[in-house]
Amino acid sequence: MLAKRIIPCLDVTDGRVVKGVNFLELRDAGDPVEIAKRYDDQGADELTFLDITASSDNRGLILHIIEQVASQVFIPLTVGGGVREVEDVRRLLNAGADKVSINTTAVLNPQMVADAAQRFGSQCIVVAIDAKKVDNQPFEWEVFTHGGRKATGLDAVKWAQHMASLGAGELLITSMDRDGTKIGFNNPLNKAISDAVEVPIIASGGVGNLQHLVDGVKLGGADAVLAASIFHYGEYTVKQAKQYMAQQGIEVRI
Amino acid sequence: MKNTDIAVVDYGMGNLRSVAKALEHVAPGKSVVISSNPDEIASANRVVFPGQGAMPDCMRELDARGLRAAVLEAANNKPFLGICIGLQMLFEHSEEGDAAGLGLFKGQVRRFATADMHDRHGDKLKVPHMGWNQVYQSRGQGRAPHALWQGIEDGARFYYVHSYYVQPDELSLVAGYSEYPNSFTSAIAKSNLFAVQFHPEKSASAGLQMLSNFVNWLP
Repeated sequence: MLAKRIIPCLDVTDGRVVKGVNFLELRDAGDPVEIAKRYDDQGADELTFLDITASSDNRGLILHIIEQVASQVFIPLTVGGGVREVEDVRRLLNAGADKVSINTTAVLNPQMVADAAQRFGSQCIVVAIDAKKVDNQPFEWEVFTHGGRKATGLDAVKWAQHMASLGAGELLITSMDRDGTKIGFNNPLNKAISDAVEVPIIASGGVGNLQHLVDGVKLGGADAVLAASIFHYGEYTVKQAKQYMAQQGIEVRI
Repeated sequence: MKNTDIAVVDYGMGNLRSVAKALEHVAPGKSVVISSNPDEIASANRVVFPGQGAMPDCMRELDARGLRAAVLEAANNKPFLGICIGLQMLFEHSEEGDAAGLGLFKGQVRRFATADMHDRHGDKLKVPHMGWNQVYQSRGQGRAPHALWQGIEDGARFYYVHSYYVQPDELSLVAGYSEYPNSFTSAIAKSNLFAVQFHPEKSASAGLQMLSNFVNWLP
Protein backbone atom coordinates (compact mmCIF):
# COMPACT_ATOMS: atom_id res chain seq x y z
CA MET A 1 0.00 0.00 0.00
CA LEU A 2 1.19 3.50 -0.78
CA ALA A 3 2.70 5.15 2.30
CA LYS A 4 1.82 8.61 3.56
CA ARG A 5 4.92 10.75 3.30
CA ILE A 6 6.76 12.84 5.89
CA ILE A 7 8.68 15.76 4.44
CA PRO A 8 11.05 17.88 6.55
CA CYS A 9 11.35 21.42 5.20
CA LEU A 10 14.64 23.32 5.31
CA ASP A 11 14.96 27.08 4.91
CA VAL A 12 17.77 28.42 2.79
CA THR A 13 18.95 32.02 2.65
CA ASP A 14 21.96 33.41 0.80
CA GLY A 15 23.14 29.88 0.14
CA ARG A 16 22.98 28.74 3.77
CA VAL A 17 20.59 26.35 5.45
CA VAL A 18 19.28 28.28 8.43
CA LYS A 19 16.91 27.94 11.27
CA GLY A 20 15.29 30.71 13.18
CA VAL A 21 12.31 31.54 15.29
CA ASN A 22 9.68 33.25 13.17
CA PHE A 23 12.31 34.48 10.75
CA LEU A 24 14.17 36.27 13.55
CA GLU A 25 17.74 35.51 14.44
CA LEU A 26 18.47 33.21 11.55
CA ARG A 27 21.33 30.95 12.42
CA ASP A 28 23.29 28.46 10.39
CA ALA A 29 21.72 25.09 10.85
CA GLY A 30 24.86 23.31 9.70
CA ASP A 31 26.20 21.69 6.57
CA PRO A 32 23.33 21.12 4.11
CA VAL A 33 24.56 17.69 3.06
CA GLU A 34 24.93 16.58 6.68
CA ILE A 35 21.45 17.79 7.55
CA ALA A 36 19.93 16.15 4.48
CA LYS A 37 21.75 12.91 5.22
CA ARG A 38 20.55 12.95 8.80
CA TYR A 39 16.91 13.26 7.70
CA ASP A 40 17.45 10.61 5.04
CA ASP A 41 18.88 8.25 7.68
CA GLN A 42 15.90 8.93 9.92
CA GLY A 43 13.60 7.86 7.09
CA ALA A 44 12.42 11.15 5.58
CA ASP A 45 10.44 10.37 2.43
CA GLU A 46 11.42 13.56 0.64
CA LEU A 47 13.10 16.86 1.48
CA THR A 48 11.89 20.34 0.68
CA PHE A 49 14.21 23.34 0.49
CA LEU A 50 12.56 26.71 0.71
CA ASP A 51 14.64 29.62 -0.54
CA ILE A 52 13.84 32.60 1.69
CA THR A 53 16.63 34.79 0.28
CA ALA A 54 15.43 38.37 0.22
CA SER A 55 17.66 39.65 -2.56
CA SER A 56 17.26 38.19 -6.03
CA ASP A 57 21.03 38.65 -6.47
CA ASN A 58 21.74 35.81 -4.08
CA ARG A 59 18.96 33.49 -5.08
CA GLY A 60 21.12 31.45 -7.44
CA LEU A 61 23.21 30.37 -4.45
CA ILE A 62 20.69 27.67 -3.59
CA LEU A 63 21.79 25.81 -6.72
CA HIS A 64 25.09 24.88 -5.05
CA ILE A 65 23.29 23.44 -2.07
CA ILE A 66 20.99 21.38 -4.27
CA GLU A 67 23.93 20.13 -6.31
CA GLN A 68 25.79 19.03 -3.20
CA VAL A 69 22.78 17.37 -1.61
CA ALA A 70 21.64 15.65 -4.82
CA SER A 71 24.98 13.92 -5.28
CA GLN A 72 24.81 12.40 -1.79
CA VAL A 73 21.17 11.93 -0.87
CA PHE A 74 18.95 9.78 -3.07
CA ILE A 75 15.40 10.66 -2.13
CA PRO A 76 13.18 13.21 -3.91
CA LEU A 77 14.19 16.84 -3.43
CA THR A 78 11.77 19.73 -3.87
CA VAL A 79 12.87 23.34 -4.09
CA GLY A 80 10.62 26.36 -3.71
CA GLY A 81 10.91 30.10 -3.25
CA GLY A 82 11.55 32.76 -5.85
CA VAL A 83 10.68 30.58 -8.85
CA ARG A 84 9.52 33.08 -11.47
CA GLU A 85 10.19 31.68 -14.90
CA VAL A 86 10.34 28.38 -16.73
CA GLU A 87 14.09 28.97 -16.89
CA ASP A 88 14.27 28.99 -13.07
CA VAL A 89 12.60 25.58 -13.08
CA ARG A 90 15.13 24.28 -15.59
CA ARG A 91 18.08 25.53 -13.54
CA LEU A 92 16.80 23.91 -10.36
CA LEU A 93 16.09 20.59 -12.07
CA ASN A 94 19.54 20.63 -13.65
CA ALA A 95 21.08 21.22 -10.24
CA GLY A 96 19.42 18.03 -9.03
CA ALA A 97 15.97 19.05 -7.78
CA ASP A 98 13.26 16.53 -8.61
CA LYS A 99 10.35 18.90 -8.11
CA VAL A 100 10.01 22.65 -8.13
CA SER A 101 7.42 24.46 -6.10
CA ILE A 102 5.76 27.55 -7.59
CA ASN A 103 3.88 29.96 -5.36
CA THR A 104 3.41 33.68 -6.07
CA THR A 105 4.21 33.33 -9.76
CA ALA A 106 1.38 30.83 -10.18
CA VAL A 107 -1.02 33.62 -9.20
CA LEU A 108 0.67 36.37 -11.20
CA ASN A 109 1.19 34.22 -14.28
CA PRO A 110 -0.76 30.94 -14.24
CA GLN A 111 0.42 30.18 -17.77
CA MET A 112 3.90 29.66 -16.35
CA VAL A 113 2.60 26.61 -14.44
CA ALA A 114 1.13 25.20 -17.65
CA ASP A 115 4.32 25.93 -19.59
CA ALA A 116 6.57 24.34 -16.98
CA ALA A 117 4.35 21.25 -16.71
CA GLN A 118 4.27 20.94 -20.48
CA ARG A 119 8.03 21.21 -20.76
CA PHE A 120 9.20 19.15 -17.78
CA GLY A 121 6.18 17.04 -16.90
CA SER A 122 3.58 17.43 -14.17
CA GLN A 123 5.53 15.10 -11.90
CA CYS A 124 8.02 17.86 -11.12
CA ILE A 125 5.62 20.80 -10.78
CA VAL A 126 4.28 21.51 -7.31
CA VAL A 127 2.04 24.52 -6.82
CA ALA A 128 2.23 26.00 -3.33
CA ILE A 129 -0.96 27.61 -2.11
CA ASP A 130 -0.94 29.90 0.94
CA ALA A 131 -4.48 30.19 2.25
CA LYS A 132 -6.14 32.11 5.04
CA LYS A 133 -9.64 31.94 6.46
CA VAL A 134 -11.59 35.06 5.55
CA ASP A 135 -15.03 36.43 6.36
CA ASN A 136 -15.31 39.10 3.67
CA GLN A 137 -15.68 36.70 0.72
CA PRO A 138 -18.37 34.30 -0.52
CA PHE A 139 -15.94 31.45 0.21
CA GLU A 140 -14.11 30.27 3.30
CA TRP A 141 -10.41 30.29 2.42
CA GLU A 142 -8.62 32.87 0.29
CA VAL A 143 -5.31 32.53 -1.53
CA PHE A 144 -2.59 34.93 -0.37
CA THR A 145 0.77 35.67 -1.95
CA HIS A 146 4.04 37.34 -0.94
CA GLY A 147 4.37 35.31 2.22
CA GLY A 148 0.77 35.85 3.23
CA ARG A 149 0.75 39.64 2.88
CA LYS A 150 -1.28 40.07 -0.31
CA ALA A 151 -4.86 38.93 -0.71
CA THR A 152 -5.74 37.71 -4.19
CA GLY A 153 -9.54 37.41 -4.11
CA LEU A 154 -9.17 33.77 -5.16
CA ASP A 155 -11.06 30.91 -3.54
CA ALA A 156 -8.35 28.46 -2.38
CA VAL A 157 -10.39 25.36 -3.27
CA LYS A 158 -11.23 26.57 -6.78
CA TRP A 159 -7.67 27.76 -7.24
CA ALA A 160 -6.37 24.32 -6.31
CA GLN A 161 -8.62 22.75 -8.95
CA HIS A 162 -7.47 25.27 -11.52
CA MET A 163 -3.79 24.63 -10.80
CA ALA A 164 -4.26 20.86 -11.08
CA SER A 165 -6.04 21.36 -14.40
CA LEU A 166 -3.09 23.43 -15.68
CA GLY A 167 -0.70 20.60 -14.91
CA ALA A 168 0.41 20.85 -11.28
CA GLY A 169 1.27 17.29 -10.22
CA GLU A 170 0.98 18.03 -6.52
CA LEU A 171 -0.27 20.85 -4.28
CA LEU A 172 1.45 22.16 -1.15
CA ILE A 173 -1.20 23.74 1.05
CA THR A 174 -0.01 26.10 3.78
CA SER A 175 -2.47 27.56 6.21
CA MET A 176 -1.30 31.11 6.95
CA ASP A 177 -3.49 31.11 10.07
CA ARG A 178 -1.64 28.13 11.43
CA ASP A 179 1.93 28.64 10.21
CA GLY A 180 4.24 28.95 13.21
CA THR A 181 1.43 28.45 15.74
CA LYS A 182 2.11 24.81 16.63
CA ILE A 183 -1.62 24.19 17.05
CA GLY A 184 -1.94 21.76 14.14
CA PHE A 185 -2.76 21.84 10.43
CA ASN A 186 -5.90 23.47 9.12
CA ASN A 187 -7.59 20.15 8.47
CA PRO A 188 -10.93 21.46 7.14
CA LEU A 189 -9.05 23.49 4.50
CA ASN A 190 -6.86 20.54 3.53
CA LYS A 191 -9.82 18.17 3.44
CA ALA A 192 -11.82 20.52 1.21
CA ILE A 193 -8.95 20.72 -1.27
CA SER A 194 -8.03 17.03 -1.09
CA ASP A 195 -11.62 16.07 -1.88
CA ALA A 196 -11.80 18.56 -4.74
CA VAL A 197 -8.69 17.48 -6.66
CA GLU A 198 -7.26 14.29 -8.07
CA VAL A 199 -3.60 15.11 -7.38
CA PRO A 200 -1.80 14.50 -4.07
CA ILE A 201 -1.72 17.26 -1.48
CA ILE A 202 0.93 18.10 1.09
CA ALA A 203 -0.31 19.65 4.32
CA SER A 204 1.85 22.41 5.80
CA GLY A 205 1.74 24.97 8.57
CA GLY A 206 1.09 24.56 12.26
CA VAL A 207 2.62 21.26 13.33
CA GLY A 208 3.49 21.21 17.03
CA ASN A 209 3.34 17.55 17.92
CA LEU A 210 3.08 14.10 16.39
CA GLN A 211 -0.68 13.83 16.78
CA HIS A 212 -0.94 16.82 14.43
CA LEU A 213 0.72 14.75 11.71
CA VAL A 214 -1.78 11.96 12.28
CA ASP A 215 -4.68 14.42 12.18
CA GLY A 216 -3.32 15.91 8.96
CA VAL A 217 -3.72 12.53 7.30
CA LYS A 218 -6.85 11.27 9.01
CA LEU A 219 -8.85 14.49 9.24
CA GLY A 220 -7.24 16.57 6.52
CA GLY A 221 -6.95 13.90 3.83
CA ALA A 222 -3.29 14.80 3.25
CA ASP A 223 -1.14 12.47 1.16
CA ALA A 224 2.00 13.94 2.71
CA VAL A 225 2.77 16.10 5.74
CA LEU A 226 5.44 18.77 5.84
CA ALA A 227 7.04 20.08 9.00
CA ALA A 228 10.06 22.15 9.91
CA SER A 229 10.55 23.16 13.51
CA ILE A 230 9.53 19.92 15.26
CA PHE A 231 12.37 18.20 13.43
CA HIS A 232 14.98 20.98 13.37
CA TYR A 233 15.04 21.54 17.09
CA GLY A 234 15.33 17.87 17.87
CA GLU A 235 11.90 17.66 19.51
CA TYR A 236 11.21 14.59 17.45
CA THR A 237 13.08 12.59 14.86
CA VAL A 238 11.40 11.65 11.60
CA LYS A 239 11.66 8.05 12.78
CA GLN A 240 9.71 8.81 15.95
CA ALA A 241 7.08 10.57 13.87
CA LYS A 242 6.73 7.55 11.62
CA GLN A 243 6.54 5.13 14.53
CA TYR A 244 3.80 7.20 16.09
CA MET A 245 1.87 7.41 12.83
CA ALA A 246 2.20 3.66 12.33
CA GLN A 247 0.84 3.06 15.85
CA GLN A 248 -2.16 5.16 14.88
CA GLY A 249 -2.81 2.91 11.90
CA ILE A 250 -1.26 5.07 9.18
CA GLU A 251 0.74 3.37 6.44
CA VAL A 252 4.30 4.75 6.51
CA ARG A 253 7.69 3.69 5.17
CA ILE A 254 9.76 2.48 8.12
CA MET B 1 39.18 4.87 -27.17
CA LYS B 2 37.74 3.11 -24.17
CA ASN B 3 34.03 2.42 -24.38
CA THR B 4 31.70 4.32 -22.12
CA ASP B 5 30.63 2.05 -19.28
CA ILE B 6 27.13 3.39 -18.79
CA ALA B 7 25.19 5.63 -21.17
CA VAL B 8 22.05 7.36 -19.93
CA VAL B 9 19.90 8.05 -22.99
CA ASP B 10 19.03 11.74 -23.26
CA TYR B 11 16.20 12.62 -25.63
CA GLY B 12 15.55 16.02 -24.12
CA MET B 13 12.75 15.03 -21.75
CA GLY B 14 13.11 15.75 -18.08
CA ASN B 15 15.87 15.59 -15.62
CA LEU B 16 18.57 12.98 -16.07
CA ARG B 17 20.97 14.35 -13.49
CA SER B 18 19.41 12.34 -10.67
CA VAL B 19 19.85 9.09 -12.57
CA ALA B 20 23.44 9.88 -13.54
CA LYS B 21 24.38 10.98 -10.02
CA ALA B 22 22.96 7.83 -8.48
CA LEU B 23 24.85 5.67 -11.00
CA GLU B 24 28.08 7.53 -10.29
CA HIS B 25 27.47 6.97 -6.60
CA VAL B 26 27.15 3.18 -6.92
CA ALA B 27 29.82 2.80 -9.62
CA PRO B 28 32.60 5.20 -8.62
CA GLY B 29 35.20 3.74 -10.98
CA LYS B 30 32.98 3.71 -14.06
CA SER B 31 32.30 6.31 -16.69
CA VAL B 32 28.70 7.51 -16.78
CA VAL B 33 27.64 9.76 -19.65
CA ILE B 34 24.33 11.42 -20.40
CA SER B 35 24.15 11.03 -24.15
CA SER B 36 21.96 11.85 -27.12
CA ASN B 37 24.54 10.50 -29.55
CA PRO B 38 23.44 7.20 -31.17
CA ASP B 39 27.05 6.11 -31.73
CA GLU B 40 27.97 6.70 -28.11
CA ILE B 41 24.92 4.74 -26.96
CA ALA B 42 25.76 1.95 -29.40
CA SER B 43 29.29 1.67 -28.06
CA ALA B 44 28.40 1.85 -24.34
CA ASN B 45 28.65 -1.32 -22.28
CA ARG B 46 25.37 -0.66 -20.48
CA VAL B 47 22.41 1.56 -21.26
CA VAL B 48 19.94 3.25 -18.96
CA PHE B 49 16.75 4.48 -20.60
CA PRO B 50 14.91 6.89 -18.30
CA GLY B 51 11.96 9.10 -19.06
CA GLN B 52 9.73 11.76 -17.63
CA GLY B 53 6.80 13.70 -18.94
CA ALA B 54 4.21 12.53 -21.44
CA MET B 55 4.83 9.47 -23.58
CA PRO B 56 3.79 11.03 -26.94
CA ASP B 57 6.35 13.82 -26.36
CA CYS B 58 8.98 11.27 -25.32
CA MET B 59 8.45 9.22 -28.50
CA ARG B 60 8.54 12.32 -30.67
CA GLU B 61 11.75 13.62 -29.08
CA LEU B 62 13.39 10.20 -29.26
CA ASP B 63 12.74 10.07 -33.00
CA ALA B 64 13.68 13.71 -33.52
CA ARG B 65 17.15 12.80 -32.22
CA GLY B 66 17.37 9.64 -34.30
CA LEU B 67 17.74 7.48 -31.20
CA ARG B 68 15.12 4.79 -31.85
CA ALA B 69 17.48 2.33 -33.53
CA ALA B 70 20.21 2.76 -30.90
CA VAL B 71 17.74 2.20 -28.05
CA LEU B 72 16.25 -0.91 -29.67
CA GLU B 73 19.70 -2.27 -30.43
CA ALA B 74 20.75 -1.78 -26.80
CA ALA B 75 17.49 -3.27 -25.48
CA ASN B 76 18.12 -6.40 -27.51
CA ASN B 77 21.83 -6.83 -26.91
CA LYS B 78 23.32 -5.37 -23.73
CA PRO B 79 22.49 -4.80 -20.08
CA PHE B 80 19.59 -2.37 -20.34
CA LEU B 81 17.61 -0.67 -17.60
CA GLY B 82 14.38 1.19 -18.42
CA ILE B 83 12.98 3.59 -15.84
CA CYS B 84 9.43 5.02 -15.65
CA ILE B 85 8.45 6.21 -19.17
CA GLY B 86 11.54 4.26 -20.26
CA LEU B 87 9.58 1.14 -19.29
CA GLN B 88 6.32 2.31 -20.86
CA MET B 89 7.93 3.18 -24.21
CA LEU B 90 9.02 -0.43 -24.69
CA PHE B 91 5.40 -1.46 -25.26
CA GLU B 92 3.14 -1.20 -28.31
CA HIS B 93 0.75 1.50 -27.34
CA SER B 94 -0.17 3.98 -24.60
CA GLU B 95 -3.53 5.45 -23.70
CA GLU B 96 -1.62 8.65 -23.01
CA GLY B 97 -2.21 10.71 -26.12
CA ASP B 98 -3.06 7.47 -28.03
CA ALA B 99 0.67 7.10 -28.69
CA ALA B 100 2.53 4.25 -30.35
CA GLY B 101 5.52 2.99 -28.38
CA LEU B 102 8.64 1.15 -29.55
CA GLY B 103 6.70 -2.10 -29.70
CA LEU B 104 9.47 -4.26 -28.32
CA PHE B 105 6.87 -6.01 -26.17
CA LYS B 106 3.22 -6.71 -26.80
CA GLY B 107 0.92 -4.89 -24.44
CA GLN B 108 -0.68 -1.60 -23.49
CA VAL B 109 0.07 1.34 -21.24
CA ARG B 110 -3.04 2.29 -19.28
CA ARG B 111 -4.07 5.13 -17.00
CA PHE B 112 -5.11 4.55 -13.41
CA ALA B 113 -8.86 4.93 -13.08
CA THR B 114 -9.46 8.14 -11.19
CA ALA B 115 -12.96 7.79 -9.88
CA ASP B 116 -13.53 5.92 -6.67
CA MET B 117 -10.09 4.55 -6.01
CA HIS B 118 -9.63 3.95 -2.31
CA ASP B 119 -7.12 2.13 -0.17
CA ARG B 120 -8.11 -0.34 2.51
CA HIS B 121 -8.42 2.48 5.05
CA GLY B 122 -10.98 4.14 2.80
CA ASP B 123 -8.61 6.98 1.85
CA LYS B 124 -9.04 8.42 -1.62
CA LEU B 125 -6.21 7.34 -3.92
CA LYS B 126 -4.76 10.17 -5.98
CA VAL B 127 -3.37 10.24 -9.50
CA PRO B 128 -0.44 10.56 -10.06
CA HIS B 129 0.48 7.59 -7.89
CA MET B 130 3.18 9.45 -5.99
CA GLY B 131 5.32 8.22 -3.14
CA TRP B 132 6.71 5.04 -1.64
CA ASN B 133 4.94 1.79 -2.38
CA GLN B 134 5.83 -1.84 -1.81
CA VAL B 135 7.27 -3.78 -4.71
CA TYR B 136 6.68 -7.52 -4.68
CA GLN B 137 9.17 -9.60 -6.62
CA SER B 138 7.78 -12.20 -9.01
CA ARG B 139 9.50 -15.46 -8.35
CA GLY B 140 8.66 -18.48 -10.44
CA GLN B 141 8.56 -21.78 -8.59
CA GLY B 142 12.04 -23.02 -7.89
CA ARG B 143 13.61 -20.05 -9.70
CA ALA B 144 16.08 -17.78 -8.00
CA PRO B 145 15.01 -14.13 -7.84
CA HIS B 146 16.26 -11.95 -10.68
CA ALA B 147 19.81 -10.65 -10.24
CA LEU B 148 18.51 -7.08 -9.95
CA TRP B 149 16.56 -7.97 -6.79
CA GLN B 150 19.70 -9.22 -5.07
CA GLY B 151 19.96 -7.84 -1.53
CA ILE B 152 16.52 -6.23 -1.76
CA GLU B 153 13.76 -7.43 0.52
CA ASP B 154 10.62 -8.72 -1.18
CA GLY B 155 8.06 -5.98 -0.55
CA ALA B 156 10.66 -3.21 -0.15
CA ARG B 157 9.35 0.28 -0.82
CA PHE B 158 10.41 2.25 -3.89
CA TYR B 159 9.53 5.80 -4.94
CA TYR B 160 6.94 6.20 -7.67
CA VAL B 161 5.49 9.08 -9.59
CA HIS B 162 3.29 8.15 -12.55
CA SER B 163 -0.28 8.10 -13.82
CA TYR B 164 0.09 5.25 -16.32
CA TYR B 165 1.22 1.66 -15.92
CA VAL B 166 2.12 -1.17 -18.29
CA GLN B 167 -0.06 -4.17 -18.99
CA PRO B 168 2.12 -6.76 -20.78
CA ASP B 169 0.44 -9.48 -22.84
CA GLU B 170 3.15 -11.94 -21.85
CA LEU B 171 2.87 -12.56 -18.13
CA SER B 172 6.29 -14.21 -18.12
CA LEU B 173 7.79 -10.71 -18.52
CA VAL B 174 6.57 -9.61 -15.09
CA ALA B 175 9.42 -9.35 -12.58
CA GLY B 176 7.63 -7.29 -9.96
CA TYR B 177 4.30 -5.75 -9.08
CA SER B 178 2.71 -3.24 -6.74
CA GLU B 179 -0.84 -2.43 -5.69
CA TYR B 180 -2.76 0.79 -6.32
CA PRO B 181 -5.33 -0.39 -5.34
CA ASN B 182 -5.21 -3.26 -7.85
CA SER B 183 -2.08 -5.11 -8.76
CA PHE B 184 -0.08 -3.57 -11.59
CA THR B 185 3.20 -4.53 -13.24
CA SER B 186 6.06 -2.48 -11.79
CA ALA B 187 9.04 -4.37 -13.17
CA ILE B 188 9.67 -6.51 -16.24
CA ALA B 189 12.63 -8.66 -17.20
CA LYS B 190 13.72 -10.47 -20.32
CA SER B 191 17.25 -11.75 -20.91
CA ASN B 192 19.50 -8.63 -20.92
CA LEU B 193 16.68 -6.20 -20.21
CA PHE B 194 15.15 -5.03 -16.95
CA ALA B 195 12.72 -2.14 -16.67
CA VAL B 196 10.90 -0.59 -13.75
CA GLN B 197 8.05 1.85 -13.25
CA PHE B 198 9.47 3.28 -10.01
CA HIS B 199 12.56 5.47 -9.64
CA PRO B 200 15.50 3.52 -8.21
CA GLU B 201 17.59 6.72 -8.35
CA LYS B 202 15.23 8.28 -5.77
CA SER B 203 14.50 5.21 -3.68
CA ALA B 204 17.19 5.54 -1.00
CA SER B 205 19.05 2.35 -0.10
CA ALA B 206 16.76 -0.11 -1.93
CA GLY B 207 17.11 1.92 -5.12
CA LEU B 208 20.87 2.25 -4.84
CA GLN B 209 21.10 -1.50 -4.28
CA MET B 210 19.15 -2.08 -7.50
CA LEU B 211 21.40 0.31 -9.47
CA SER B 212 24.46 -1.35 -8.00
CA ASN B 213 23.06 -4.73 -9.05
CA PHE B 214 22.53 -3.33 -12.54
CA VAL B 215 26.05 -1.99 -13.00
CA ASN B 216 27.46 -5.36 -11.93
CA TRP B 217 24.91 -7.45 -13.81
CA LEU B 218 26.23 -10.02 -16.29
CA PRO B 219 23.12 -11.33 -18.06
